[in-house]
Parts: sequence; structure tokens; C-alpha cells
Amino acid sequence: MIPAGFEYHRPGDIASAIGILQEHGDEARVIAGGHSLIPMMKLRMAEMGHLVDLQAIDELKGIEISAETVSLGAMVTQHELITHDGLAAAIPLIREAALQIADPQVRYVGTVGGNVANGDPGNDMPGLMQCLNATFELSGPDGTRSVAARDFYEAAYFTAREDEEILTRISIPVPGAGVGQAYEKQKRKIGDYATAAAAVMVGNGQASVAMTNLADTPVWSESASNALADGDVSGCVAAMLDAIDPVADNRGPVEFKKHVAAVMLRRAIERAQSRAG
Amino acid sequence: MNDQTMTPEERAANLKGLGSSRKRVEDVRFTQGKGNYVDDIKLDGMLFGAFVRSPYAHARVVSVNKDAAMAVPGVVAVLTAEDLAPLGLHWMPTLAGDKQMVLADGKVLFQGQEVAYVVAENRYIAADAAELVEVDYEELPVLTDPFEALKSDVVLREDLAGQTEGAHGPRKHHNHIFTWEQGDKDATEAVLGEADVVAEEMVYYHRTHPCPLETCGCVASMDKVTGKLTLYGTFQAPHAIRTVVSLISGLAEHNIRVISPDIGGGFGNKVGAYAGYVCSVVASIVTGQPVKWVENRMENLMSTAFARDYWMQGKIAATKDGKITGLWCHTTADHGGFDACADPTKFPAGFMNICTGSYDIPTAYLAVDGVYTNKAPGGVAYRCSFRVTEAAYFIERMIEVLAIKLNMDAAELRRINFIRKDQFPYQSALGWEYDSGDYHTAWDKALKAVDYEGLRAEQAQRIEDFKAGKTRKLLGIGLTHFTEIVGAGPVKNCDILGLGMFDSCEIRIHPTGSAIARLGTISQGQGHATTFAQIIASEIGLPADDITLEEGDTDTAPYGLGTYGSRSTPVAGAATAMAARKIRAKAQMIAAYLLEVHDDDVEWDVDRFSVKGAPERFKTMKEIAFAAYNQAIPGLEPGLEAVSYYDPPNMTYPFGAYICVMEIDVDTGEWDVRQFYALDDCGTRINPMIIEGQVHGGVTEALAIAMGQEIAYDEMGNVKTGTLMDFFLPTAWETPNYTTDHTVTPSPHHPIGAKGVGESPNVGGVPAFSNAVHDAFRPFGLVQSHMPHDHWRIWKIANGLGMHG
Repeated sequence: MIPAGFEYHRPGDIASAIGILQEHGDEARVIAGGHSLIPMMKLRMAEMGHLVDLQAIDELKGIEISAETVSLGAMVTQHELITHDGLAAAIPLIREAALQIADPQVRYVGTVGGNVANGDPGNDMPGLMQCLNATFELSGPDGTRSVAARDFYEAAYFTAREDEEILTRISIPVPGAGVGQAYEKQKRKIGDYATAAAAVMVGNGQASVAMTNLADTPVWSESASNALADGDVSGCVAAMLDAIDPVADNRGPVEFKKHVAAVMLRRAIERAQSRAG
Repeated sequence: MNDQTMTPEERAANLKGLGSSRKRVEDVRFTQGKGNYVDDIKLDGMLFGAFVRSPYAHARVVSVNKDAAMAVPGVVAVLTAEDLAPLGLHWMPTLAGDKQMVLADGKVLFQGQEVAYVVAENRYIAADAAELVEVDYEELPVLTDPFEALKSDVVLREDLAGQTEGAHGPRKHHNHIFTWEQGDKDATEAVLGEADVVAEEMVYYHRTHPCPLETCGCVASMDKVTGKLTLYGTFQAPHAIRTVVSLISGLAEHNIRVISPDIGGGFGNKVGAYAGYVCSVVASIVTGQPVKWVENRMENLMSTAFARDYWMQGKIAATKDGKITGLWCHTTADHGGFDACADPTKFPAGFMNICTGSYDIPTAYLAVDGVYTNKAPGGVAYRCSFRVTEAAYFIERMIEVLAIKLNMDAAELRRINFIRKDQFPYQSALGWEYDSGDYHTAWDKALKAVDYEGLRAEQAQRIEDFKAGKTRKLLGIGLTHFTEIVGAGPVKNCDILGLGMFDSCEIRIHPTGSAIARLGTISQGQGHATTFAQIIASEIGLPADDITLEEGDTDTAPYGLGTYGSRSTPVAGAATAMAARKIRAKAQMIAAYLLEVHDDDVEWDVDRFSVKGAPERFKTMKEIAFAAYNQAIPGLEPGLEAVSYYDPPNMTYPFGAYICVMEIDVDTGEWDVRQFYALDDCGTRINPMIIEGQVHGGVTEALAIAMGQEIAYDEMGNVKTGTLMDFFLPTAWETPNYTTDHTVTPSPHHPIGAKGVGESPNVGGVPAFSNAVHDAFRPFGLVQSHMPHDHWRIWKIANGLGMHG
């Protein structure tokens, strides 16, 4: 479990980091918490000549909360998401989901930016961000641009981010008062990816539902969300089952995953509804 | 020292001897990160080895090109079978009478098999260079199913072509290894034919892996000046390893020093010999420099010894009232590409013939067929005595299956079939003499402790609620009464590679009344340094805190067969008591001389000899120790030392009653262990705290095995569970709370009556968890379902029973 050799870079600002990416092209990768990338490097499934560590870039840190928007720096750790009182008050769903990611040791180091940017279908935050209708800010040689979380994911490990871009911040609209939220996740054990997970917001005549690890991208379904907004739980579940496309793995066969997906979604809806209004 | 105001009880308490929950002396270094494991060993000029492993489960190795790897700066050597062949080391003997490739000799038989060994200046260079070794493979048909392997034309072991006689008798097919039969086949079949009731079921105990926290590794250091090889390694049997290394390398045994430093768990994984040891030794001899090899986690899971993989077809016969009349078992044992089971020589299926369990079964028959497949070799006793957990799982499932057939309560069915207390020593139908037991007392205590009647009433209500749509959770009550066979074993029928399975202890008392004891065993977390000192403390009256324990260095420790199969306390613990008694016998003569009385006129009193009838006249062991070194005592040699090599007259038979209460979500397959009660009877209890720790650890491993842990292969022979993401190791989160309890039925033949406990919780735990799952679904028609009971397999049970609407 020893990775191939690489050059290590530790830039102090975003511009320098982009400069390194520009210089080395697809030979370079940024690393945040490293909990996805380092195992892949140790398995030699990811080999790169240059590793750009983002830990020293202060611009990528910090949680900012206003009445309308929550802004998360890409390097905010899961632990910070969990322990930030203002965030828990503004969007309790984030804390609830973050608590179900891995274990405390991982959460001290794992970042929200790394979690959403890597494009791993097993990660919890992408589905959550789609449910919350978050926007990702990307910085590259040509400046910054924003991409909606719902438009970001193309396939497993493939996203709208260009090689020379860095995901720098996440902004999330604060759900209105009375919106119930819930994150429901089935996993085999602590530290495991979801067998199936559901993020649900419902209330004030609106709803949003997204699911994790049931396709090669997170799945946010407009028709499922609309059905739930109309109070049609069965329609919501049916629409979501139509949208997901799970594959068999050690967690179980497709038939099982679809069944569990429906169970998780129903439970998340029930809990979110109980918190609404 | 001569304080006469202390009562004998107070003096005994000061010794921290038998029965004391003395804190583990090892933990001072372990909890501070000051342990000394193999990977902590750093020698001047040390090189590192790394393996090139086969990505295929069955393939011909057409060529191996080392050029690119050798061109990497810092690479010292790349070894292949061709390099080892002139030394005769490209194959090595296994513990099961088979042989195994050290490096691929023309073909590979399992994914992860060792193909080449790269030696470099550091482990990073070795890893890089291993990637550059070019191996040309030609894929061959893969056999992962032992039943198919026995029918297939594909010959896995071409080296054995035409050999119809194996190490354990005739081979019936080119992929067949052995047939092992015990008991009376004709009589058992006659009983089955005449019985009121016969229950039949296939019980599969899936392949899993011991997965110790520390993986396997070694450091080989050949000193070309002295001609002495020092081999540090994660060895559960250092002395046997020394003998094996001597036999296969041709080095004289006195020129080999094997050292097992601290070991981070073994669980059977570190009993056998691995290619890494042989290659490291050869590399050190060739280069003249020390060579370290430490496998990574994936290598450990994929290539070192697995456990279980037994397909056990069972038939159990009974009267209509539930009295068992016969047991029949045919096991198909998947051994992988080589037969590298770690069993005593005469027991190719270990002690599987303990499968009559805790029950008085008058007639029984067992046959085991060993089979080659394209999987990793092994078949070790993962926290159990040889194949005992398979046997216990088999009988405890068959009892449940019979209870279903009889429509009886499974607790009552057990009770009416237990061997009675007055039947011990009990001769089993499959050839064992159980030393002692009191199963009814333990069973009644267990059922009462969990309020068994109350649990069944709650379960009945739950079933009603479920049927009424009020809940989606089922309640399962998993019962187990297991009997183990440990402490291998009597030299007359137990040996490994011809080495009798005795064990040893040497004790030296220092002049000031402290001591050092050395044993032929080696702790891997069991706490030998704590508990064996307690045995000595009680035997000779010196405080356990003043006794140092040493194990694992073959240059200093007496010869022994090592630590596995719960044998340390039954065998080495007995040797320790016997050596201590020799010291006490000499001490008695010294005391009598000092007190100027006849030897027979002094008597032992906790920590001293006193004159019979005059307890105020005494000599403490501490005083006696000093006298042994500074006085010329007529007729006695100076010094106070003893050694004992103990050949146990019989095995010991620990037993226990475990009950698991589990909640099961039929919609997701998720489970939650609400209660786990473990009653163990391991005979005399040396250190209750350590016993409790052993039980907690063993039940947790049992939880892992029963509820998710497996080494799974796809049809191409790829390992699907090669990382800890997919190979289930419970964390604190998944681990339930346990309630421990005990009864004490001493072994009549062991010097202190102890039986061994480290493996009982794994043996008893697995059927308790599995039976809980089965019990939850029994009212809905489930008879038998295979482990591991992970979420989707539990869901599949519910789905198959039509419980998802």
C-alpha cells in the first residue's frame, strides 16, 4: 500500500494553486482531506506527478452565515460542519448528514469541498447539496464561475470541474422557516458508504429529494420532488425509483438496493414531514 | 517480611495469584505505543522485500521479465522460482503434509499468489520495482466451487498428477486431497433408517479470515561471520518455525535463532509458514544483509491463511420425544490451491469430530473430503481449536433444525440431550473422552439470567404485532450450548510435522526472591506475562509482581509448540505449575534444613514453609531463595531452578451457554443485538478480568463472522473483500454490550484445573448470533440460511418468506 512517487506542493493562495495546475496539466491533482484520493493512490489506481495540498490556503476556509445564504469554504471539515452552532440552526440537515459520514477521525480531516468535488458516487455530500440546491464556486485560470450542484455531476469521478479549476466555496440557500429536513442512510458499518441514503426537504408547499450511491452520480429528481411537494409520497418514491440505477456490489444485488432505497426515502420523508411546519 | 500479623488470606491476596484480577503488565507498554513489533525492528543495512502477486486465480506463468525492475536504482535482487529451484526452496512443505509453491513454479493457483520477490534498499523502491516486473500469464479455467472442482476435468495441481495416495490416504479425483472418516458409518445409517424423526440440512460455514491487527512479517538476518541466522517474525510457534527453517534450509538448528517479538494478534493467521519468510531468509543469505518483509492489509486478506469454508451436510435422528439417537455429517472442505491447514498431523480436518457437541449422541459418523480450488490456502483455527468452531456451528444449527422438525422448544431439546454430570468422563461416539462438565447447571443458570420464559412471551407478542401490522421488527433469541476441545495435546496422538504437542516452562528464582519464567508459548495479546506469573505466585508464594515472563526467543526459551488452539493454559500453564512444584519441593528441603527439622515436618502455608504444629517457626519463600544461593546445604545443589516439559494426558473441554437477543428490521435487513449473555466454564479461573476481556474480544469476532465478515470470490476467482471497506471488522459502534457469567468445573487432569478460554467466545458466539437470526424468522417458516447474515442476506430471507408484501 505504497503510492507511486510524486512532487508535493503546498501553495498559500488560490492563484498559486491554479498556477501549479496550469503548469502540470493533468499530471497534477489537488488534495483536500485526502480520504478519497490517498487510498486510490495507495492502490496505485490514481497516479499523479504533482500533488497540490490545499491545507495552507486560508481563502478556502470558514463558514459564513447570512439570513439567506450559507457559504462554506471548500476546506471546511466535516467536524467543523458538525460543531458549528450557527450552521446547525440555519440548515440542520448538514449536521445530520455529516454525522453519518465515516467516523470522528475521518471527519476531523475530511472536507466538504473534497467530498463534493471528487465525484465519488458513494460520498454523502453531493446528494445532500443537490437536495439543498447548492451552488459550487470554481476558480480557474479564466476567473471564477458558479455551477449548480444539480448540474455538476456527469458520471462517477467526472464532473463539470475542469482540470485547472479548483472548487473553492459552496453556497447554499437557507431553507425557509417551516421546511422539514432529514437525512436517512443505511450502511453496513461505521465508515462505510451508503447502501442507500436519502436527503429530503419538505414544507411550505415545496420539496426536494436526492439520493446517494444508487447511480454513478447523486440522483436529484425533479418529478419526485414535485410529487412530494404535492403531498404524494408514493408518487415521489415511484419517481425516485425510476430515476436511480443501482449496481450490484458487496452491499447487495440491485433488487435489494431498490427496495432499501424506497425504505430510506420513505423514512426520510416521514421524519422531514414530522419536522415541517 | 516475617509479618505474623497478616492472615493467610491477606498474604495470599498480596501474591496476586490465581483468581486475582491483576491488571495486565503488558499494557503499560502497549497503551503508550512502546510495544516492539516486527515492523519496529530496524537493523543496520536492512533491505526490504516486496512481492509481485498474481492478478489471476488460475494461470500459467509463461515468463517473468525482471529487467525493468532490476534497472531501478536501489533494487538489489528480484527472486523467482527459477532462482529458488537450485536451493530446492521454490516449494515448501505445509503443516498438512502437502507442499506449496514459495514462488510461482510454472503456474498460479489463486489470486494474490506470490510470483516474484523484489529486494530493495527501502520499501518504497521495492514497491515501485515490483510494479515493473513483467509477468506473462496465460489464463486457465477457474474453479471456485469445491463441488464443481470434484467433477471438473481441470487439473489444478499438475505436480500431483497420477498420485492417487495423498498425505492422508487415497485421493478420489485429481482435485481431491483426502477423505477423513470417524465413527461408525453402518450403525449410524441404520439408526437414521429406523428413527422416528430425521432432520437433514446443509450447514455452510463460509470462508473468512483471522485478520489480526498486525499483518504477517519478518526480518531475516544472516550473519556471514558467525554463520548464524536470526529470524524475527510474527510467529505463533517460534520453536516449530526454527525446526522447519532448519529442515527446509539445511542450516543447523543451533545456528538459527527465531524471535517472536510483540505480536499484534494472531488468531491462527500466524501459525503457518509463508513465502515471505522463505524469500526473506534466502535474500538475507544471498545479500548478507538483513531483509524485512511486512505484508500490507490486502496481501494479508488475500494470501495468508483463511479460516472455515466448510460445507457440512448433516442428518440428525431422534425419537418423537426428542431424544437424539444418531448424527451423520459429510463435510466438503474447500482448502484452496494448497493444503496448508494448520492441524495436528493425524487430524486433517482438525477436531471436527467434536461435532457431537454437548449432547449424549450414542451413534455418529463423520466424513470430511478435502478439495483443491483456486482460492488462497489456509484453513487455520481462527480463534478456535482446530475446526472446533465449524463443529460447534454444525451441531448447534442441527439442534435448531431438529427442534423445528419436532416442533419443540430448542432450549428444552438441548436440556434433554445434554451429557449428564454423572456421565463424565464421557466417551463420545466420535472418539473423544470429555474430561468434565456440568451442562445442566450452566444451562439453567443462563436461561434464568435472561428470563428465557419472559423473552419467549415477548417474542410471541411481537409475532402477533407483526402480523397485525403494528411493527416491522422481529425478535430473535439465539441459543447455544457449546463444548470445546482445546489444549492440543497429548503427544501420543497430537504432533505437528512430527513435533509432539507438549509445552514447557523453565523457572529461575533469583537470590532476592524474585524470578524469571520462560515458556515455549508466545503471547499475541493473551496476557501470558500477567497470568502465568499468577500461576507461579500461587504455587511458590512469591508475588506475581516479582516474576518476569519471557517467551518467543528460541535461544533462551525452552522448546514448545506455541500459542494457538487455546493450548497455552492447558499445556504451558500446566508446565508452569509443574515447574513451580519442583521448585517448591526443593524449597521444602531447604526450609527443613534451615528450621532444623525433618522434610516431612514442615508444611506449605501460602508463601512459606512452617513447622507442623508450630506456625510461628517458618521460612518464607524469599528467605529460602536467598539460602539456596548462599548456604551449603548437605545433599542439595545450590540454586533454585526447575524446568517442566508437560505432555497433557488429555485435552480439556471448556463449555458455555450463550444467549443472544436480536432485533431484526425485515425491510432493510438491519440488525441490533439487544442483549448478549455469555456464560463460560473454563475450569479454574486464573484472572477473571482477562477472561472477561477474552470473552468480549472473542464474541466480537464471532459477531463479525456471523453478521458480515467473509472472504468472497467472484466466478473468476477475484477476491471481492480484499479491503476493510468490504471485510467487516466491527468498531465500537457495531459492538454490543455483553454480560459475562461463569460456572467452575475444573479439569480433573490439569494440575490447577484450568481449561482455557480464549477461543470459547468465538466458538459459542457464532452459532448464538446465527441462531438468533434463524429464530427470528422461524415462526415464518425459515429452516436454514447461510452466514454471513449481512443486511442483504437477511433481507433476502424476509423476501423469500413473502414478508415484503
